This record gives sequence, structure tokens and C-alpha cells, in this order.
Amino acid sequence: MDDRDLQYEKYKSILENYLEEQSEQTLYKGQQFSRKMIEQQISPEEAVSLHVSVLEELFPDLPEPLKNSYDFLLEMMIGYGFAYREHQSLRNRQQQLESEIEVAANMQQTLLAGKKPEVDSLDIGAISKPAKKMNGDYYHFVQDENDCVSVAIADIIGKGIPAALCMSMIKYAMDSAPEQRMQPGAVLENLNRVVEQNVDPNMFITMFYGLYDSRVHSFYYAGAGHEPGFFYDSEKDQFEELFTKGLVLGVSKKTSYREYQRVLNGNDMVIMLSDGVTECRSSRGFIERDEIVAMIRKYIHLSAQEIVDSVYKELERLQEFELRDDFTLLILRRKV
Amino acid sequence: MNLQIKQEDQGNTHHLYIAGEVDAYTAPQLREALLPLTGKESHETLVHLGDVNYMDSTGLGVFVGALKSSKEHGSTLKLRGMTSRVQRLFEITGLDEVIDIEDVKGGSK
Repeated sequence: MDDRDLQYEKYKSILENYLEEQSEQTLYKGQQFSRKMIEQQISPEEAVSLHVSVLEELFPDLPEPLKNSYDFLLEMMIGYGFAYREHQSLRNRQQQLESEIEVAANMQQTLLAGKKPEVDSLDIGAISKPAKKMNGDYYHFVQDENDCVSVAIADIIGKGIPAALCMSMIKYAMDSAPEQRMQPGAVLENLNRVVEQNVDPNMFITMFYGLYDSRVHSFYYAGAGHEPGFFYDSEKDQFEELFTKGLVLGVSKKTSYREYQRVLNGNDMVIMLSDGVTECRSSRGFIERDEIVAMIRKYIHLSAQEIVDSVYKELERLQEFELRDDFTLLILRRKV
Repeated sequence: MNLQIKQEDQGNTHHLYIAGEVDAYTAPQLREALLPLTGKESHETLVHLGDVNYMDSTGLGVFVGALKSSKEHGSTLKLRGMTSRVQRLFEITGLDEVIDIEDVKGGSK
């Protein structure tokens, strides 16, 4: 007996059972049988055809109109068969794409895996979580031989793979102009030129770039349309907005960026974030910047890394563990 | 997650009335309505944003694209009547300095 005959016999016995007494148990057997048929990729029209053959054997005297109606049903099911096969092939295709995205996401991880600098005078915290597999947020630290730390945080508009590709372009552009690292305004001007020439018209990048000079405890910074961060003045115990004015990268060829400066005293903090942080929507509505400040304040006695981790966990909970946008939060705190 | 777009034309001036949310899902719909208008030389497009209650960066991207298109084709693009919540986005990104924005509505900040 081959598979087909086995299948026939099995179906016949289940159907006979059911026609004898319409029990739940037999119905359940039928369900199990259909699952097996799906596993074996039996199409809907084949299933109907099986039913008809069994029926003809059990009832050789089926009325003619009934027989004809089954031919009609078979014809109808062919369309469903097509849809079913299409669904199958789409599922295969989807699995393929998913594994390709997985590869890209891993590549991105490798590309962006930046080490957090170790500087005596600074306590640094950093967290960045993508909403989907690919992260549209970017941050990067560089530490030089004088213990100066530069930090970039960027949000690439448009998400997913195009954003990730764009990000590798930025990283390359930044790595290839190390001599500018000390001048935040110039860094952004240079990047703007690169981005303007190379991105899709609907895309742009917001970026905040800063440089902390440990020798004078000063933070020099400039922004290209990025969500403002905060400055925490520990003496006054106050958070202030770290305002910068500057057009996002990639819109206008000739854009210049103003440079700002802040001196950090012991325990002062510079807080940088992506707009994913302030555009979060909780079930109550939007999460406001004030709430982020309140969260940071709540954990302010912890280390910088513990602060960013705790804020992330709290936001995650507020959004029922489903990030709608990429999330990045960085803190630089001058040690006492 | 809905976006309604109504268009009214007066000669070479086009009015787009936008209502709802402009985000990653609805942005393509806005782009399709807007870009054909900014691509017409010496035409003027006024986008009325008073009933937009949410916009994200993808939405801003559409206006960046429209701005570039209007410069390229010699047309005019103006945004009108946005709420201060939406205006804040244009301000942070510096786009308020390069895009013509009129009549910001006070209130819901």
C-alpha cells in the first residue's frame, strides 16, 4: 500500500465512524487528520477529491445531481489551491528575507560595537535599543591619548535597512576625518556635505556631537536638529535643556553649525538622547521630557550606566514592553 | 492611525488640508499627494496642518523631500496653521529656518 492508499483508508475509516455516530471524538480525529494533510502539503482540491472518492465507494448510488455538485465544488476549490500554494511560497520567501535581515543586523552590531571609554574623570553610561531588528539610532565614542572623549549621537530618519546603510556611511565619514574631532561645528559641517550628496531626498539625519576635554573639564558641542539633551547642574540640583540650533544633516548644502561650551563641575552631567525617548507613546499618551528628567532624578544616586539602564527599564514597562521607536540614552558625569 | 487629505485647487495655487497622524504608516500617502504639486513650476502649494495631532520624523522627511522638490522645480511650498506641538519638531530640527511656516496655533504644548 502506498501513502495515498493509506491516506484513503484512514480517511474512509474516520468518515465511516462519523457517519455512524456524530461524536466529538471523531470530529477531533478529523481535525488531526487535516493537520497531517496540511503538513504533507495536500491542496484543498485534493482533500475534496479524496472525500468524493470515499463517498462514492461508501454510497455507490449517490444521486446524479449530488455527484455533479461535487465536480462543481472541485472546480471551485482549485482557486483556493492556488491561494494556498501562493501562501506557501510567500512563507518561504519571508523566511529567506528574515534570515537576510538577521545577517544585516549582526553586521550592524559588529560595525557599531563601540567601546565605552575609560577616563578617570568621567562616569559614562550608554544604552541603545532598536525597536525592530535594525537600529536607526547611532552613537559613537572616541577617546584620544589626552583623555579627551568625543561623543556622537544620531537618529536616522526612516527606519530599517536604509537607515542602517546610511549609518555605516556616517561612521566612515567620521572615521576618515580624525583631525576635526576637536571641533564639533566642523564635524557636523563635514558630515552634512557627505549626507546631502548621498541620501534619498526624504531622508535626513539628526545628530548631536560633543567633545569632553578632561584637562579643562569642558564640554564643547554642536547639534544638527537633534532632540536637545540636558545639562545637570549638581550645585543647583537643576536640569537645564542643552539647547543647540542647527539644521538637520542632509537638507541644505551650505549649513554651518554653532559651537557651544559648558564647564562641568564635580557630579555635573551631560545627558544625550534620541527622539525615540521623548516620542515614546505610553498607554497614557506621550511621554514628556519632564518625565524623563524625573526618572533620571529618581536614579541619580546610581552610577551613570545604572541610571540609563533603569530609565530604559521603566520606559519599557510604560510602553508594555513594546518599543515603538529606537531608544538611545547617554550620560557623561564628571566624577568628584 | 489615520490620515485624511483634502485637496482644493485655485488656479496655480493648491491647498492640501491634512488631518490625523503623519507617521511611518501614513507618510507615503502624504508624499503621493504632495510631490506632484511641488513638481509643478511656479505653482504654489499650501499645506494646512491644523488638524494634524501627531507627526513623527518620517512625516518631517516628507516635507524635506517636498522642499527639495520645490527648489528643484521652482515652485513654492508653505506650511500653515500647525499646532505648537508639531511646530516644536520643525524648530528642533532647524527646518523652521528653511521652510516657510505661517500661523502657528498656540495652545496644546
